[in-house]
Amino acid sequence: MNGFKTYFTNFKKTFKVKNFIMYFIVAGAMILFGGLGAAGALKRSFLVLLEQMGYGIIVALALSLVVGFLGELSLGHAAFMSIGAFLGCYFQNSVFPALSSSSPFVALLLAMLIGGAAAGAFGFIIGLPALRLKGDYLAIVTLAFGEIVKVLFQNIPVFGGALGIQNKYRYNVNSLYIIIFAVLLLTLIIVQNLIRSKHGRAVTAIRDNEIAAKSTGVNVSYYKIAVFVISAVIAGVGGVLFAGTQNTFKPAKFDYNYSINILVMVVLGGMGNINGTIISAAIITFINVRLGTVLTGNLAVLKDIFYALILIALVIYNNAPALKKFRSKYNLKNGAAAVWNFLVRAFTKKKAEPDPAREVEFGADWSRIPTKVEMDELLSTDFIPETDKPDRGEGGEGK
Amino acid sequence: MEFLTTFINGLSLGGVYALIALGYTMVYGIAKMLNFAHGDIIMVGGYTIMVFFNMTGLPLAAAGVAVVFCIVTGVLIEKLAYKPLRGASPLAVLITAIGVSYLLESLAQIIFGSDHKMVILNHWGTLEIGAFSVSYNTIVTLSSAIAIMIALTLFVNRTKVGKAMLAVSEDRDAASLMGISVNNIITITFAIGSALAAVAGAFYILKTPDVSTTMGSMPGIKAFTAAVIGGIGSIPGAMLGGLLLGIIETACLAVPALAPFAIAIEFGLLIIILLVKPTGILGKKKREKV
Repeated sequence: MNGFKTYFTNFKKTFKVKNFIMYFIVAGAMILFGGLGAAGALKRSFLVLLEQMGYGIIVALALSLVVGFLGELSLGHAAFMSIGAFLGCYFQNSVFPALSSSSPFVALLLAMLIGGAAAGAFGFIIGLPALRLKGDYLAIVTLAFGEIVKVLFQNIPVFGGALGIQNKYRYNVNSLYIIIFAVLLLTLIIVQNLIRSKHGRAVTAIRDNEIAAKSTGVNVSYYKIAVFVISAVIAGVGGVLFAGTQNTFKPAKFDYNYSINILVMVVLGGMGNINGTIISAAIITFINVRLGTVLTGNLAVLKDIFYALILIALVIYNNAPALKKFRSKYNLKNGAAAVWNFLVRAFTKKKAEPDPAREVEFGADWSRIPTKVEMDELLSTDFIPETDKPDRGEGGEGK
Repeated sequence: MEFLTTFINGLSLGGVYALIALGYTMVYGIAKMLNFAHGDIIMVGGYTIMVFFNMTGLPLAAAGVAVVFCIVTGVLIEKLAYKPLRGASPLAVLITAIGVSYLLESLAQIIFGSDHKMVILNHWGTLEIGAFSVSYNTIVTLSSAIAIMIALTLFVNRTKVGKAMLAVSEDRDAASLMGISVNNIITITFAIGSALAAVAGAFYILKTPDVSTTMGSMPGIKAFTAAVIGGIGSIPGAMLGGLLLGIIETACLAVPALAPFAIAIEFGLLIIILLVKPTGILGKKKREKV
């Protein structure tokens, strides 16, 4: 009880709205749309859009754990989703159809448990190669895993084969989105608390330098497998929710391109940035659905070209060694500070000085884990004045 | 006899995979990156062949144009997308490569549409000796692939540029100290890889006369599998892996019970090889330094 009390006082002391802003946004959206939906003010197409956004964000959060925080590339997250979707749907259809028809909510919860557990088991299997392989090799293994799962589902008659499985108990569209948002909120709480805990720091330490992390006593194998399993469970639950929104779906839906779509959401949101991932997943789903009705046929590809170009440009801008100086000079934070300074000067006629106390506090604020890019920037900062040693550490040594 | 036919067909398919795998393995060995867009260069070659073959009706000329166009595409991609990221984290390079692949597929789809197109380059008939029958297409593919592989091996081992490529893949910094222009060598590597991909695309169309926006992705991934099986970075390894994979795939497809699972078997093999011997059959082990 005492422990709880100190925890609570500490919590009150360190509580900052900005650390929890996403909880409020998601919960607010849930209440807002729930109320509007109950009042009957929302069209069916909008409810479907909300569903798509919800499971899209959940799966993007799952991939964000692996790509953004563990620093490994997975090209097979659609496979985890498909495992959840097919198993969940199969159990609802064939194992407990009576439950599915009498109380669909309990059936969906059970399906989520089963689908998540099954996907988690496969996450463990994929986590094993992750111990031996890194980077490109691991990416290709996850890709191969995705293809294998797709081919297996296409050839197992129980799951409907290549024609796909029929969901006999498509969940009521008027309430499913609220469940999805609740699951999303839960996922967000789990992911954010995991990342901000000491375990999360260990995971990001592995991302930033595996050998250094190992030498400071981080159990690399344990954390790698744990992250893969947690990520797979979340993706599997997302898959079960996806299955709930469909009348029928095919294994071919969860192909390589689907995994890439999830990856685009994570990368555009800023790898290792949870809020960014959520925002970009929501926006991309919205654009996809809305543009899908405007641009039909081959024109629909225009948005793919746009995404691809943004993806390339963003990654080059964030990572190119030649742009390092440019980035540190013209980033968003400096830009905001400049605008703030300008405003202060315009209204008070005095120069805005950064408050040193605030600076220190900001430096000590580790509630937001720096992303890989920021971390590399921090680690590669040369503290020796440039005049002493010309041309040192200026990128491009090719290692 | 059926066994021999399957074997020859497998070797021929393996030759195509080997040509693609060579592009992967050379780029991996020299630029130290996995060029995810390599499979889509095949697709670019396929569409170029389609356009020029429909215009002129000359298969060889169309293939030649495709080679040139693919070289230009490959070098442009290298200059615009990969060069700025030299020295950045491997994850960033990999994601950029995926972005390029995505871009090429989308561009092809908006230009040519998403439907599959039939391109029948040639019919040379089949060679039949008793119960043994194999199409001339297969023979042409196999012999050209072997000729190209021999030429490439000679080029890499005997010429100055080839030796420079080996040097860069061995140690980039030391090579640049010896006066080798690393950037030029990387560009040449991309050009050779893209040319090989275009040729592989031509053979692929010869085998399955079907051009689509995703025609390159599956052979690309399989060829990467082949490169990994043989040991990535090693040129003989890519050839060996390609031929091996071609034979395995054809053998799986010949057995009705295994046929639907052919892809799963190939990728399962990739995972097992990566777990048991990540360096592949002919690859060298590398020690990670702090």
